[in-house]
Amino acid sequence: MTLDDILAGLFPNGSDIGVAGAMISGTAVLAGAGLVHVLGITRGQPLGVDEAIVLARRVIEIIKSGDRAPILFLVDSSSQRMSRRDELLGLSEYLAHLAKALLLAEAEGHRTVGLLYGGSAAGAFIATALATGTLVALPGAHPAVMDLPSMARVTKLPIDVLKAKAEATPVFAPGLENMVQTGGIHLVLDDQSPLAPQLAAILERPQAPDQRDRFGAERGGRRKAAEIADRVVMLAASAPQGAQHG
Amino acid sequence: MTAATANTDSLSWYEASARQRIDALVDPGSFVEFIGPEQREMSPHLAIFDLPEQFDDGIVIGRGRLDSSPVFVAAQEGRFMGGAFGEVHGAKLTGLLRAARTLRQDVLILFDTGGVRLQEANAGELAIAEIMRAIVEARRAGVNVIGVIGGRAGCYGGGSLIAGTCSRLIVSEQGRISVSGPEVIETNKGIEEFDSRDRALVWRTMGGKHRYLIGGADAFVDDEAQAVRQAAIDALEVTRGYGVANLEAEQSRLERRLQRFGAARDAVDVWQALGIDKPTDIPALPTDAFLAAANNRENADDAR
Repeated sequence: MTLDDILAGLFPNGSDIGVAGAMISGTAVLAGAGLVHVLGITRGQPLGVDEAIVLARRVIEIIKSGDRAPILFLVDSSSQRMSRRDELLGLSEYLAHLAKALLLAEAEGHRTVGLLYGGSAAGAFIATALATGTLVALPGAHPAVMDLPSMARVTKLPIDVLKAKAEATPVFAPGLENMVQTGGIHLVLDDQSPLAPQLAAILERPQAPDQRDRFGAERGGRRKAAEIADRVVMLAASAPQGAQHG
Repeated sequence: MTAATANTDSLSWYEASARQRIDALVDPGSFVEFIGPEQREMSPHLAIFDLPEQFDDGIVIGRGRLDSSPVFVAAQEGRFMGGAFGEVHGAKLTGLLRAARTLRQDVLILFDTGGVRLQEANAGELAIAEIMRAIVEARRAGVNVIGVIGGRAGCYGGGSLIAGTCSRLIVSEQGRISVSGPEVIETNKGIEEFDSRDRALVWRTMGGKHRYLIGGADAFVDDEAQAVRQAAIDALEVTRGYGVANLEAEQSRLERRLQRFGAARDAVDVWQALGIDKPTDIPALPTDAFLAAANNRENADDAR
Protein backbone atom coordinates (compact mmCIF):
# COMPACT_ATOMS: atom_id res chain seq x y z
CA MET A 1 0.00 0.00 0.00
CA THR A 2 1.18 3.51 -0.68
CA LEU A 3 1.36 6.12 2.05
CA ASP A 4 -1.65 7.91 0.53
CA ASP A 5 -3.68 4.68 0.52
CA ILE A 6 -2.78 4.00 4.12
CA LEU A 7 -3.66 7.50 5.31
CA ALA A 8 -6.94 7.43 3.37
CA GLY A 9 -7.75 4.01 4.88
CA LEU A 10 -6.90 5.05 8.43
CA PHE A 11 -8.50 8.48 8.30
CA PRO A 12 -11.36 8.40 5.77
CA ASN A 13 -12.68 11.74 7.06
CA GLY A 14 -9.44 13.42 6.12
CA SER A 15 -6.32 14.40 7.96
CA ASP A 16 -3.83 17.21 8.19
CA ILE A 17 -0.62 15.38 7.49
CA GLY A 18 2.31 16.77 5.54
CA VAL A 19 5.28 15.03 3.98
CA ALA A 20 8.50 17.05 3.84
CA GLY A 21 11.43 15.22 2.35
CA ALA A 22 11.63 11.91 4.14
CA MET A 23 9.48 12.99 7.05
CA ILE A 24 5.77 12.72 7.82
CA SER A 25 4.12 14.99 10.38
CA GLY A 26 0.58 16.03 11.23
CA THR A 27 -2.62 15.14 13.00
CA ALA A 28 -5.80 13.28 12.19
CA VAL A 29 -8.98 12.14 13.86
CA LEU A 30 -9.48 8.40 14.15
CA ALA A 31 -13.05 7.16 14.44
CA GLY A 32 -13.50 5.80 17.95
CA ALA A 33 -10.20 7.14 19.25
CA GLY A 34 -10.19 10.89 18.60
CA LEU A 35 -7.10 12.96 17.89
CA VAL A 36 -4.02 11.06 16.72
CA HIS A 37 -0.59 12.57 16.13
CA VAL A 38 0.99 11.14 13.00
CA LEU A 39 4.74 11.09 12.47
CA GLY A 40 7.08 9.04 10.40
CA ILE A 41 9.84 8.44 7.97
CA THR A 42 8.94 7.56 4.39
CA ARG A 43 10.18 6.82 0.86
CA GLY A 44 12.68 4.26 2.09
CA GLN A 45 15.05 6.99 3.19
CA PRO A 46 17.91 6.56 5.66
CA LEU A 47 17.66 8.10 9.13
CA GLY A 48 20.51 10.48 9.88
CA VAL A 49 21.23 13.20 12.43
CA ASP A 50 19.22 15.82 10.50
CA GLU A 51 16.05 13.72 10.32
CA ALA A 52 16.28 12.29 13.84
CA ILE A 53 16.54 15.71 15.47
CA VAL A 54 13.45 17.02 13.67
CA LEU A 55 11.36 13.96 14.54
CA ALA A 56 12.51 14.06 18.18
CA ARG A 57 11.58 17.74 18.42
CA ARG A 58 8.10 16.93 17.20
CA VAL A 59 7.70 14.13 19.75
CA ILE A 60 8.82 16.47 22.55
CA GLU A 61 6.30 19.09 21.41
CA ILE A 62 3.58 16.46 21.56
CA ILE A 63 4.57 15.34 25.06
CA LYS A 64 4.67 18.96 26.23
CA SER A 65 1.22 19.68 24.77
CA GLY A 66 -0.11 17.45 27.53
CA ASP A 67 -2.95 16.14 25.38
CA ARG A 68 -1.96 12.49 25.93
CA ALA A 69 -3.22 11.70 22.44
CA PRO A 70 -1.80 8.62 20.72
CA ILE A 71 1.18 8.90 18.39
CA LEU A 72 1.13 6.84 15.20
CA PHE A 73 4.65 6.48 13.83
CA LEU A 74 4.74 5.35 10.20
CA VAL A 75 7.91 3.67 8.98
CA ASP A 76 9.25 3.05 5.51
CA SER A 77 12.99 3.67 5.80
CA SER A 78 16.30 2.12 4.94
CA SER A 79 18.94 1.88 7.66
CA GLN A 80 20.74 4.60 9.57
CA ARG A 81 22.52 6.99 7.22
CA MET A 82 25.96 5.52 6.65
CA SER A 83 28.19 8.53 6.33
CA ARG A 84 31.34 10.00 7.75
CA ARG A 85 29.52 13.24 8.63
CA ASP A 86 26.72 11.54 10.58
CA GLU A 87 29.18 9.49 12.61
CA LEU A 88 31.46 12.50 13.16
CA LEU A 89 28.50 14.35 14.66
CA GLY A 90 27.54 11.47 16.95
CA LEU A 91 24.72 9.67 15.13
CA SER A 92 24.29 7.19 17.99
CA GLU A 93 23.21 10.03 20.28
CA TYR A 94 20.67 11.34 17.78
CA LEU A 95 19.12 7.93 17.16
CA ALA A 96 19.04 7.13 20.87
CA HIS A 97 17.52 10.55 21.53
CA LEU A 98 14.66 9.86 19.11
CA ALA A 99 14.11 6.43 20.65
CA LYS A 100 14.09 7.92 24.15
CA ALA A 101 11.57 10.56 23.07
CA LEU A 102 9.20 7.85 21.83
CA LEU A 103 9.75 5.67 24.90
CA LEU A 104 9.16 8.61 27.19
CA ALA A 105 6.01 9.61 25.29
CA GLU A 106 4.59 6.15 25.98
CA ALA A 107 5.60 6.43 29.65
CA GLU A 108 3.99 9.88 29.86
CA GLY A 109 0.63 8.50 28.78
CA HIS A 110 0.66 8.77 24.98
CA ARG A 111 0.03 5.45 23.34
CA THR A 112 2.74 5.02 20.71
CA VAL A 113 1.96 2.72 17.81
CA GLY A 114 4.49 1.99 15.10
CA LEU A 115 3.16 1.06 11.67
CA LEU A 116 5.77 -0.55 9.48
CA TYR A 117 4.51 -0.35 5.90
CA GLY A 118 7.76 -0.59 3.93
CA GLY A 119 11.34 -1.31 4.77
CA SER A 120 13.41 -0.55 7.82
CA ALA A 121 16.76 -1.77 8.99
CA ALA A 122 19.36 -1.70 11.71
CA GLY A 123 19.69 1.58 13.64
CA ALA A 124 16.75 3.25 11.91
CA PHE A 125 14.49 0.35 12.89
CA ILE A 126 15.65 0.50 16.53
CA ALA A 127 15.23 4.28 16.77
CA THR A 128 11.72 4.37 15.29
CA ALA A 129 9.50 1.29 14.96
CA LEU A 130 11.12 -0.67 17.78
CA ALA A 131 10.90 2.31 20.17
CA THR A 132 7.10 2.39 20.03
CA GLY A 133 4.89 0.72 22.63
CA THR A 134 3.11 -1.45 20.05
CA LEU A 135 4.52 -2.23 16.62
CA VAL A 136 2.23 -3.46 13.86
CA ALA A 137 2.89 -3.95 10.15
CA LEU A 138 1.15 -4.15 6.84
CA PRO A 139 1.58 -7.13 4.52
CA GLY A 140 4.57 -6.52 2.30
CA ALA A 141 6.58 -4.71 4.96
CA HIS A 142 10.16 -5.89 4.96
CA PRO A 143 12.18 -5.29 8.13
CA ALA A 144 15.79 -6.35 8.24
CA VAL A 145 18.82 -6.06 10.43
CA MET A 146 21.04 -6.52 7.41
CA ASP A 147 20.25 -7.75 3.92
CA LEU A 148 21.33 -11.28 3.05
CA PRO A 149 24.05 -10.31 0.54
CA SER A 150 25.75 -8.12 3.17
CA MET A 151 25.27 -10.83 5.74
CA ALA A 152 26.89 -13.32 3.39
CA ARG A 153 29.87 -11.00 3.06
CA VAL A 154 30.30 -10.55 6.80
CA THR A 155 29.71 -14.17 7.79
CA LYS A 156 31.76 -15.39 4.80
CA LEU A 157 29.03 -17.86 3.92
CA PRO A 158 27.65 -18.29 0.39
CA ILE A 159 24.23 -16.72 0.01
CA ASP A 160 22.68 -20.07 -0.96
CA VAL A 161 23.88 -21.55 2.31
CA LEU A 162 22.40 -18.61 4.22
CA LYS A 163 19.09 -19.01 2.41
CA ALA A 164 18.98 -22.70 3.28
CA LYS A 165 19.68 -21.94 6.94
CA ALA A 166 17.00 -19.23 6.92
CA GLU A 167 14.45 -21.93 6.09
CA ALA A 168 15.21 -23.63 9.39
CA THR A 169 15.02 -20.65 11.76
CA PRO A 170 13.41 -17.21 11.95
CA VAL A 171 16.22 -15.92 14.14
CA PHE A 172 18.53 -14.24 11.66
CA ALA A 173 17.11 -13.72 8.18
CA PRO A 174 15.27 -10.53 7.14
CA GLY A 175 11.55 -10.50 6.64
CA LEU A 176 8.20 -9.70 8.17
CA GLU A 177 7.27 -13.22 9.19
CA ASN A 178 10.57 -13.70 11.02
CA MET A 179 10.09 -10.45 12.94
CA VAL A 180 6.58 -11.52 13.91
CA GLN A 181 7.79 -14.93 15.12
CA THR A 182 10.59 -13.44 17.20
CA GLY A 183 8.04 -11.14 18.85
CA GLY A 184 9.12 -7.77 17.49
CA ILE A 185 5.89 -7.14 15.61
CA HIS A 186 2.69 -7.45 17.57
CA LEU A 187 0.48 -8.27 14.60
CA VAL A 188 0.09 -7.81 10.86
CA LEU A 189 -2.92 -5.75 9.83
CA ASP A 190 -5.38 -7.07 7.27
CA ASP A 191 -5.09 -4.82 4.24
CA GLN A 192 -8.30 -6.27 2.77
CA SER A 193 -10.37 -4.86 5.64
CA PRO A 194 -10.84 -1.25 6.72
CA LEU A 195 -7.72 -0.09 8.57
CA ALA A 196 -9.32 2.47 10.90
CA PRO A 197 -11.11 -0.02 13.17
CA GLN A 198 -7.99 -2.16 13.33
CA LEU A 199 -5.93 0.77 14.61
CA ALA A 200 -8.72 1.79 16.99
CA ALA A 201 -8.74 -1.75 18.42
CA ILE A 202 -5.00 -1.58 19.06
CA LEU A 203 -5.40 1.74 20.85
CA GLU A 204 -8.11 0.24 23.04
CA ARG A 205 -5.70 -2.23 24.58
CA PRO A 206 -4.34 -1.09 27.92
CA GLN A 207 -0.73 0.01 28.13
CA ALA A 208 1.48 -2.92 29.02
CA PRO A 209 5.05 -3.68 29.99
CA ASP A 210 7.40 -4.85 27.25
CA GLN A 211 5.88 -8.14 26.03
CA ARG A 212 8.04 -8.76 22.99
CA ASP A 213 10.14 -11.49 24.57
CA ARG A 214 6.94 -13.28 25.69
CA PHE A 215 5.50 -13.11 22.16
CA GLY A 216 8.80 -14.47 20.88
CA ALA A 217 8.52 -17.43 23.26
CA GLU A 218 4.85 -18.09 22.46
CA ARG A 219 5.46 -17.94 18.73
CA GLY A 220 8.57 -20.08 18.91
CA GLY A 221 10.92 -17.58 17.28
CA ARG A 222 12.77 -16.62 20.43
CA ARG A 223 12.43 -19.39 22.95
CA LYS A 224 15.04 -18.34 25.51
CA ALA A 225 14.93 -14.57 25.96
CA ALA A 226 11.92 -14.23 28.28
CA GLU A 227 12.96 -17.16 30.43
CA ILE A 228 16.53 -15.88 30.84
CA ALA A 229 15.40 -12.33 31.68
CA ASP A 230 12.90 -13.66 34.25
CA ARG A 231 15.55 -15.81 35.86
CA VAL A 232 17.89 -12.85 36.20
CA VAL A 233 15.13 -10.77 37.81
CA MET A 234 14.50 -13.56 40.29
CA LEU A 235 18.19 -14.07 41.13
CA ALA A 236 18.73 -10.34 41.55
CA ALA A 237 15.84 -10.10 43.98
CA SER A 238 17.14 -12.87 46.22
CA ALA A 239 19.17 -11.63 49.19
CA PRO A 240 22.88 -11.22 48.53
CA GLN A 241 24.86 -13.82 50.46
CA GLY A 242 26.84 -12.15 53.22
CA ALA A 243 27.52 -9.05 51.19
CA GLN A 244 24.88 -6.95 52.91
CA HIS A 245 26.85 -5.94 55.98
CA GLY A 246 30.31 -5.36 54.49
CA MET B 1 31.93 -0.72 58.04
CA THR B 2 35.45 -0.99 56.75
CA ALA B 3 36.59 1.18 53.89
CA ALA B 4 36.46 -0.66 50.62
CA THR B 5 39.82 -1.29 49.12
CA ALA B 6 40.33 -2.18 45.52
CA ASN B 7 42.98 -4.04 43.62
CA THR B 8 45.75 -1.54 43.07
CA ASP B 9 47.64 -3.36 40.33
CA SER B 10 47.58 -1.53 37.04
CA LEU B 11 45.42 -3.19 34.43
CA SER B 12 44.80 -2.03 30.87
CA TRP B 13 41.04 -1.83 30.37
CA TYR B 14 41.52 -2.34 26.64
CA GLU B 15 43.51 -5.54 27.10
CA ALA B 16 41.49 -6.98 29.99
CA SER B 17 38.80 -9.63 29.74
CA ALA B 18 35.24 -9.00 30.89
CA ARG B 19 35.88 -10.89 34.13
CA GLN B 20 39.14 -9.06 34.80
CA ARG B 21 37.36 -5.75 34.32
CA ILE B 22 34.66 -6.62 36.84
CA ASP B 23 37.24 -7.87 39.35
CA ALA B 24 39.18 -4.63 39.05
CA LEU B 25 36.11 -2.43 39.11
CA VAL B 26 34.10 -3.58 42.11
CA ASP B 27 35.19 -3.96 45.74
CA PRO B 28 37.30 -7.13 46.14
CA GLY B 29 35.29 -10.27 46.72
CA SER B 30 31.95 -8.50 46.35
CA PHE B 31 30.89 -9.80 42.96
CA VAL B 32 28.17 -12.44 42.72
CA GLU B 33 27.39 -13.61 39.19
CA PHE B 34 23.89 -14.36 37.89
CA ILE B 35 23.58 -17.28 35.44
CA GLY B 36 27.30 -17.89 35.41
CA PRO B 37 29.17 -20.17 33.01
CA GLU B 38 28.44 -23.22 35.20
CA GLN B 39 24.81 -22.88 34.11
CA ARG B 40 25.91 -23.29 30.49
CA GLU B 41 23.26 -20.97 29.11
CA MET B 42 24.71 -20.79 25.65
CA SER B 43 23.38 -19.46 22.40
CA PRO B 44 20.94 -21.94 20.86
CA HIS B 45 21.64 -20.48 17.42
CA LEU B 46 25.38 -20.62 16.78
CA ALA B 47 25.37 -24.35 16.10
CA ILE B 48 23.31 -23.68 12.96
CA PHE B 49 26.40 -21.89 11.69
CA ASP B 50 28.85 -24.47 13.04
CA LEU B 51 30.26 -21.84 15.35
CA PRO B 52 31.52 -22.53 18.89
CA GLU B 53 29.38 -21.38 21.81
CA GLN B 54 30.62 -19.89 25.05
CA PHE B 55 29.18 -20.91 28.44
CA ASP B 56 28.28 -17.32 29.38
CA ASP B 57 27.35 -16.24 25.83
CA GLY B 58 29.88 -13.43 26.01
CA ILE B 59 28.45 -11.40 28.87
CA VAL B 60 28.99 -11.52 32.63
CA ILE B 61 26.24 -10.07 34.83
CA GLY B 62 25.72 -9.87 38.57
CA ARG B 63 25.80 -7.77 41.68
CA GLY B 64 28.71 -6.26 43.54
CA ARG B 65 29.77 -3.30 45.61
CA LEU B 66 31.44 -0.17 44.39
CA ASP B 67 33.05 1.82 47.19
CA SER B 68 30.68 -0.09 49.48
CA SER B 69 27.52 0.83 47.54
CA PRO B 70 25.54 -2.02 45.97
CA VAL B 71 25.52 -2.01 42.16
CA PHE B 72 24.58 -4.29 39.33
CA VAL B 73 27.29 -4.86 36.75
CA ALA B 74 27.25 -6.22 33.21
CA ALA B 75 30.45 -6.76 31.22
CA GLN B 76 30.59 -7.79 27.58
CA GLU B 77 33.41 -10.02 26.39
CA GLY B 78 34.67 -8.48 23.17
CA ARG B 79 36.78 -11.52 22.39
CA PHE B 80 33.75 -13.76 21.94
CA MET B 81 31.85 -13.01 18.73
CA GLY B 82 33.05 -9.40 18.96
CA GLY B 83 30.92 -8.89 22.08
CA ALA B 84 27.86 -8.94 19.85
CA PHE B 85 24.29 -9.09 21.13
CA GLY B 86 22.54 -12.42 20.65
CA GLU B 87 19.37 -13.74 22.26
CA VAL B 88 20.83 -15.05 25.54
CA HIS B 89 23.50 -12.35 25.80
CA GLY B 90 20.91 -9.62 25.39
CA ALA B 91 18.30 -11.21 27.66
CA LYS B 92 20.81 -11.35 30.53
CA LEU B 93 21.25 -7.58 30.32
CA THR B 94 17.51 -6.97 29.86
CA GLY B 95 16.79 -8.97 33.02
CA LEU B 96 19.46 -7.10 34.98
CA LEU B 97 17.95 -3.74 33.98
CA ARG B 98 14.41 -4.85 34.82
CA ALA B 99 15.67 -5.94 38.24
CA ALA B 100 17.47 -2.62 38.68
CA ARG B 101 14.25 -0.75 38.13
CA THR B 102 12.32 -2.84 40.67
CA LEU B 103 15.09 -2.80 43.27
CA ARG B 104 16.15 0.83 42.61
CA GLN B 105 19.77 -0.19 42.25
CA ASP B 106 22.31 1.47 39.96
CA VAL B 107 23.81 -0.36 36.98
CA LEU B 108 27.22 -0.29 35.33
CA ILE B 109 27.39 -1.55 31.75
CA LEU B 110 30.90 -2.29 30.52
CA PHE B 111 30.44 -2.18 26.76
CA ASP B 112 32.66 -4.11 24.37
CA THR B 113 30.60 -4.82 21.29
CA GLY B 114 30.39 -4.73 17.52
CA GLY B 115 26.58 -4.54 17.77
CA VAL B 116 24.06 -7.18 16.74
CA ARG B 117 25.29 -10.75 16.32
CA LEU B 118 24.42 -11.46 12.69
CA GLN B 119 23.91 -15.20 13.17
CA GLU B 120 20.93 -14.31 15.38
CA ALA B 121 20.28 -10.86 14.02
CA ASN B 122 16.54 -10.60 14.69
CA ALA B 123 16.89 -11.79 18.27
CA GLY B 124 19.85 -9.44 18.81
CA GLU B 125 18.05 -6.44 17.32
CA LEU B 126 15.01 -7.04 19.53
CA ALA B 127 17.24 -7.50 22.57
CA ILE B 128 18.68 -4.06 21.93
CA ALA B 129 15.20 -2.53 21.71
CA GLU B 130 14.20 -4.29 24.94
CA ILE B 131 17.36 -3.13 26.71
CA MET B 132 16.77 0.49 25.65
CA ARG B 133 13.21 0.40 26.93
CA ALA B 134 14.36 -1.19 30.19
CA ILE B 135 17.02 1.52 30.64
CA VAL B 136 14.52 4.34 30.12
CA GLU B 137 12.11 2.72 32.59
CA ALA B 138 14.88 2.18 35.16
CA ARG B 139 16.10 5.76 34.79
CA ARG B 140 12.56 7.06 35.27
CA ALA B 141 12.51 5.14 38.55
CA GLY B 142 15.64 7.04 39.65
CA VAL B 143 18.24 4.44 38.76
CA ASN B 144 21.61 5.54 37.33
CA VAL B 145 22.77 3.53 34.34
CA ILE B 146 26.45 4.21 33.71
CA GLY B 147 28.21 3.03 30.56
CA VAL B 148 31.94 2.40 30.27
CA ILE B 149 33.49 2.29 26.81
CA GLY B 150 37.13 1.39 26.32
CA GLY B 151 37.30 -2.18 25.06
CA ARG B 152 38.82 -3.78 22.01
CA ALA B 153 35.58 -4.12 20.11
CA GLY B 154 34.50 -0.53 20.85
CA CYS B 155 30.80 0.23 21.07
CA TYR B 156 29.22 -0.12 17.65
CA GLY B 157 25.84 -0.63 16.05
CA GLY B 158 22.97 -1.22 18.44
CA GLY B 159 25.45 -1.11 21.30
CA SER B 160 26.05 2.57 20.56
CA LEU B 161 22.30 3.24 20.75
CA ILE B 162 22.14 1.53 24.14
CA ALA B 163 25.05 3.72 25.23
CA GLY B 164 23.02 6.71 24.05
CA THR B 165 20.27 5.84 26.52
CA CYS B 166 22.60 5.66 29.55
CA SER B 167 22.63 8.45 32.14
CA ARG B 168 26.42 8.87 32.05
CA LEU B 169 29.22 7.57 29.84
CA ILE B 170 32.86 7.04 30.76
CA VAL B 171 35.32 6.66 27.87
CA SER B 172 38.99 6.08 27.37
CA GLU B 173 40.91 7.16 24.29
CA GLN B 174 40.53 3.60 22.96
CA GLY B 175 36.75 3.66 23.34
CA ARG B 176 35.10 4.07 19.96
CA ILE B 177 31.41 4.90 19.70
CA SER B 178 29.69 4.76 16.34
CA VAL B 179 26.56 3.28 14.76
CA SER B 180 28.06 2.15 11.45
CA GLY B 181 31.57 0.78 11.73
CA PRO B 182 34.33 1.97 9.38
CA GLU B 183 34.17 -1.20 7.28
CA VAL B 184 30.39 -0.98 6.99
CA ILE B 185 30.52 2.60 5.72
CA GLU B 186 33.30 1.77 3.28
CA THR B 187 31.54 -1.35 2.00
CA ASN B 188 28.24 0.45 1.46
CA LYS B 189 29.36 3.93 0.43
CA GLY B 190 32.85 3.51 -0.94
CA ILE B 191 36.38 4.24 0.14
CA GLU B 192 35.94 7.92 -0.79
CA GLU B 193 33.33 8.22 1.96
CA PHE B 194 35.34 6.36 4.58
CA ASP B 195 38.71 4.65 4.30
CA SER B 196 38.50 2.01 7.03
CA ARG B 197 42.24 1.32 6.82
CA ASP B 198 43.02 4.91 7.77
CA ARG B 199 43.27 4.21 11.50
CA ALA B 200 43.94 7.86 12.38
CA LEU B 201 40.66 8.78 10.66
CA VAL B 202 38.81 6.07 12.61
CA TRP B 203 40.19 7.24 15.97
CA ARG B 204 39.55 10.91 15.44
CA THR B 205 36.03 10.39 14.05
CA MET B 206 34.79 7.76 16.52
CA GLY B 207 37.35 7.63 19.33
CA GLY B 208 37.01 8.59 22.96
CA LYS B 209 38.73 11.97 22.69
CA HIS B 210 36.39 13.23 19.99
CA ARG B 211 33.33 11.89 21.78
CA TYR B 212 34.41 13.58 25.00
CA LEU B 213 35.07 16.89 23.21
CA ILE B 214 31.63 17.05 21.58
CA GLY B 215 29.77 16.01 24.73
CA GLY B 216 29.19 12.44 23.61
CA ALA B 217 30.76 11.21 26.85
CA ASP B 218 30.95 12.68 30.34
CA ALA B 219 34.25 11.45 31.72
CA PHE B 220 37.55 10.75 29.97
CA VAL B 221 39.93 8.38 31.69
CA ASP B 222 43.27 6.66 31.13
CA ASP B 223 43.14 3.14 29.78
CA GLU B 224 43.50 1.81 33.28
CA ALA B 225 41.05 -0.09 35.48
CA GLN B 226 41.54 2.02 38.62
CA ALA B 227 40.86 5.19 36.65
CA VAL B 228 37.63 3.64 35.40
CA ARG B 229 36.71 2.60 38.94
CA GLN B 230 37.20 6.12 40.28
CA ALA B 231 35.19 7.62 37.41
CA ALA B 232 32.38 5.13 38.07
CA ILE B 233 32.34 6.03 41.77
CA ASP B 234 32.13 9.72 40.82
CA ALA B 235 29.38 9.08 38.27
CA LEU B 236 27.21 7.39 40.88
CA GLU B 237 27.45 10.25 43.36
CA VAL B 238 24.43 12.06 41.98
CA THR B 239 21.14 10.30 41.35
CA ARG B 240 19.45 11.61 38.26
CA GLY B 241 15.89 10.92 37.35
CA TYR B 242 14.67 10.97 33.78
CA GLY B 243 11.85 12.98 32.32
CA VAL B 244 10.81 15.52 29.74
CA ALA B 245 13.27 18.10 31.11
CA ASN B 246 16.21 15.79 30.29
CA LEU B 247 14.80 15.13 26.86
CA GLU B 248 14.40 18.86 26.15
CA ALA B 249 17.89 19.61 27.39
CA GLU B 250 19.29 16.92 25.11
CA GLN B 251 17.29 18.27 22.19
CA SER B 252 18.86 21.70 22.71
CA ARG B 253 22.30 20.20 23.11
CA LEU B 254 22.07 18.11 19.95
CA GLU B 255 20.57 20.98 17.92
CA ARG B 256 23.40 23.20 19.09
CA ARG B 257 25.92 20.58 17.98
CA LEU B 258 24.46 20.55 14.47
CA GLN B 259 24.55 24.35 14.34
CA ARG B 260 28.13 24.55 15.56
CA PHE B 261 29.70 21.63 13.78
CA GLY B 262 27.23 20.51 11.10
CA ALA B 263 29.42 21.81 8.28
CA ALA B 264 32.68 20.34 9.60
CA ARG B 265 34.50 18.01 7.22
CA ASP B 266 36.73 16.40 9.80
CA ALA B 267 37.11 16.09 13.56
CA VAL B 268 39.99 18.58 13.43
CA ASP B 269 37.54 21.21 12.10
CA VAL B 270 35.26 20.48 15.05
CA TRP B 271 38.12 20.81 17.52
CA GLN B 272 39.16 24.08 15.87
CA ALA B 273 35.60 25.40 16.17
CA LEU B 274 35.74 24.50 19.88
CA GLY B 275 38.60 26.97 20.19
CA ILE B 276 41.31 24.41 20.83
CA ASP B 277 44.70 26.01 20.34
CA LYS B 278 46.47 23.32 18.32
CA PRO B 279 43.70 20.97 17.19
CA THR B 280 45.99 18.74 15.15
CA ASP B 281 47.90 17.91 18.35
CA ILE B 282 44.84 16.40 20.08
CA PRO B 283 45.39 12.75 19.07
CA ALA B 284 48.93 12.75 20.49
CA LEU B 285 48.21 14.46 23.81
CA PRO B 286 48.58 12.46 27.04
CA THR B 287 45.51 12.47 29.31
CA ASP B 288 46.44 15.43 31.54
CA ALA B 289 47.31 17.69 28.63
CA PHE B 290 44.23 16.54 26.73
CA LEU B 291 41.91 17.31 29.63
CA ALA B 292 43.47 20.77 29.92
CA ALA B 293 42.99 21.36 26.19
CA ALA B 294 39.41 20.10 26.49
CA ASN B 295 38.46 22.89 28.85
CA ASN B 296 36.03 24.43 26.37
CA ARG B 297 34.49 21.18 25.26
CA GLU B 298 30.78 20.76 24.80
CA ASN B 299 29.43 19.42 28.07
CA ALA B 300 26.39 17.18 28.31
CA ASP B 301 25.77 17.68 32.04
CA ASP B 302 22.30 16.22 32.55
CA ALA B 303 21.27 16.69 28.93
CA ARG B 304 21.39 12.99 28.23
